[in-house]
Amino acid sequence: MEGYVTCYLGSKIHIILVYKLNYYKLLLDKGDCKVERNSHRLVEVMSILTKIKRKSKGLIVCMNFLLSDKHELLKQLFREFAVNEVQPLAEEIDEEERFPAETVEKLGKYGMMGIPFPKEVGGMGGDVLAYAMAIEEMARVCGSTGGILSAHTSLCVWPIYAFGNKAQKEKYLPKLCSAEWIGAFGLTEPNAGTDAAGQQTTAVLDGDEYVLNGSKIFITNAGYAQVFVVMAMTDKSKGTRGITAFIVEKGTPGFRVGRKEKKLGIKASSTCELIFEDCRIPKENMLGREGKGFGIAMQTLDGGRIGIASQALGIAQGAYDETLAYVKERKQFGRPIAAFQNTQFQLADMHTQIEAARLLVYKAAFYKDNGMPYSKEAAMAKLYASEVAMAVTTKAVQLHGGYGYTREYPVERMMRDAKITEIYEGTSEVQRMVISANILK
Amino acid sequence: MNIIVCVKQVPDTTEVKLDPVTNTLIRDGIPSIMNPDDKAALELALQLKDDNGAKVTVITMGPPQATKVLREALGMGADEALLMTDRAFAGADTWATSKTIASLIKTLPYDMIVCGRQAIDGDTAQVGPQICEHLGIPQVSYCEDVKIENGLVVAKRQFEDRHHIIHMKTPCAITALSECTEPRYMSVSKVIDAFDKEIKTITFADLDLKPEEIGLKGSPTRVKKSMTKGMIAKEPPMDVPPAEAATVIAEYLHKNHII
Repeated sequence: MEGYVTCYLGSKIHIILVYKLNYYKLLLDKGDCKVERNSHRLVEVMSILTKIKRKSKGLIVCMNFLLSDKHELLKQLFREFAVNEVQPLAEEIDEEERFPAETVEKLGKYGMMGIPFPKEVGGMGGDVLAYAMAIEEMARVCGSTGGILSAHTSLCVWPIYAFGNKAQKEKYLPKLCSAEWIGAFGLTEPNAGTDAAGQQTTAVLDGDEYVLNGSKIFITNAGYAQVFVVMAMTDKSKGTRGITAFIVEKGTPGFRVGRKEKKLGIKASSTCELIFEDCRIPKENMLGREGKGFGIAMQTLDGGRIGIASQALGIAQGAYDETLAYVKERKQFGRPIAAFQNTQFQLADMHTQIEAARLLVYKAAFYKDNGMPYSKEAAMAKLYASEVAMAVTTKAVQLHGGYGYTREYPVERMMRDAKITEIYEGTSEVQRMVISANILK
Repeated sequence: MNIIVCVKQVPDTTEVKLDPVTNTLIRDGIPSIMNPDDKAALELALQLKDDNGAKVTVITMGPPQATKVLREALGMGADEALLMTDRAFAGADTWATSKTIASLIKTLPYDMIVCGRQAIDGDTAQVGPQICEHLGIPQVSYCEDVKIENGLVVAKRQFEDRHHIIHMKTPCAITALSECTEPRYMSVSKVIDAFDKEIKTITFADLDLKPEEIGLKGSPTRVKKSMTKGMIAKEPPMDVPPAEAATVIAEYLHKNHII
């Protein structure tokens, strides 16, 4: 066996690693980080590379389908938490359409509401891959909880982290990352869904304050959020360049949360409308510069798609887990239905689709973590994972037969939860637009 | 206060299957976990740290892969971790294991040692108590809870029909029961920090021990053979209705002085 692992520091290739059976040598052009060891184990090669990465603060790119020990351990944490804290409530909060405030508080306690942000701003110092795995594991047992985590982190905490000024970051990020405050994001309006540029909510500067008027719909976490990142038109004549982002706090006079939607799935997530009636917010709550809101929204959604893709992946995995257990137990014609080739082929397809989705999701996370353009990767991950979620949960219900159609088994809920992943944060059609625009540009 | 917690990496026995031909454990692909009693021990130590302030050091003896449980311990809140690993330690029975671990602990500052009651792969419950004997410190095994009161360690020991509350001066040791404590989850930031911490490796050369005191050579016991207990009925099965079966069973048990 022999191969090359190419490492990039910045944009330039600096390290070439050659490994041969029991020997490999790492060469650095500067010669200040030379490593020679006898080993043929790829994992050891990787651990050395990780150490070098830490020292050099450089980027390492190599083909490796193994999770690092750190990510394995984080995945173990997410799984343990999901099984013990999230799964037992999943059926009940779906049935009661109740936001699981107690679970969200615990998610904050164990550092899961601010994973991909540096410790200096109050985050956990993790990366997007770890964050994606957290959503995946939550959604594997409860689609709603995965969605709550995703909307909070990707759509509220991230834009404040990426575009906020020092004062905004200091004020909002520690409390958001600890889940003392929950975050939401307001872009969609009754007449501005996929056509997000058609914003009708307005923000007019009056002295040191902006006055917001209009409404937003389908806002995830709205009923429980303290902080909202809201898009509004500051200059209609400029089209998308007239859209500005604002941070609005719960309790601001003139701002209220309106009707709660009755939904097909993710029933435990609080999806409501936002109403602004002469809502005055201080000028310093503008996020980024005036007229930059559309770009902020689009970049936020690029990242958010990794979250929704992870949620879809988790739902699909959860439905598969349930089905695998069920087909071994359920007997028809005197034997477990797993003994029938139809079942086996269905399982094989489900397993393969989930694995393909996972590779796309983790790859998009990897691109984002390493500062590479990830808009297309995130859109592909979201498009594919959400369609896999729908396909897998539908097959899961089918393999459960009549029982699968009842609320006695969780696959019924999972199938309902899966559908939203093809719709929110950009429909599948929007993802195809993003992907094709990237291909043809 | 310095607290040392001893942990062991064990195969997850709930996942273990037996090879039907050889009757041995199929270890391939079986996930390794932190021994449940040891995790409870760590939880008790971390509670003492939360309540009184303490430095918690975790020790494990095993192959390099055992680093995983040390990282997990750091992820839960331990401050430092030490890995005792050396080919020379291999094949150690409880005596050689406890002697090796005790020889490391002798070189460390400690006020308290917390071990799990027993490991799910061996179930001996010997290593913890033996470490204390090598060190010559008082110990309370089968602990459900532990507190610090007026400078004394107050341990609650499970007994057959009662609890014992025992006060000890430091340095001392306890062994903990898993069924009485719910170990905390790791936290994301602590897991991330865990991988920035160096886990110090201790080998035979670092210890004041002779080669004949450790590993297989230092082990006075040997497992000659292991076998699966077969369930063989002395008498052929009886086919009787349930109500009658209850009487038959009760009579049998009574006759044999079981009830």
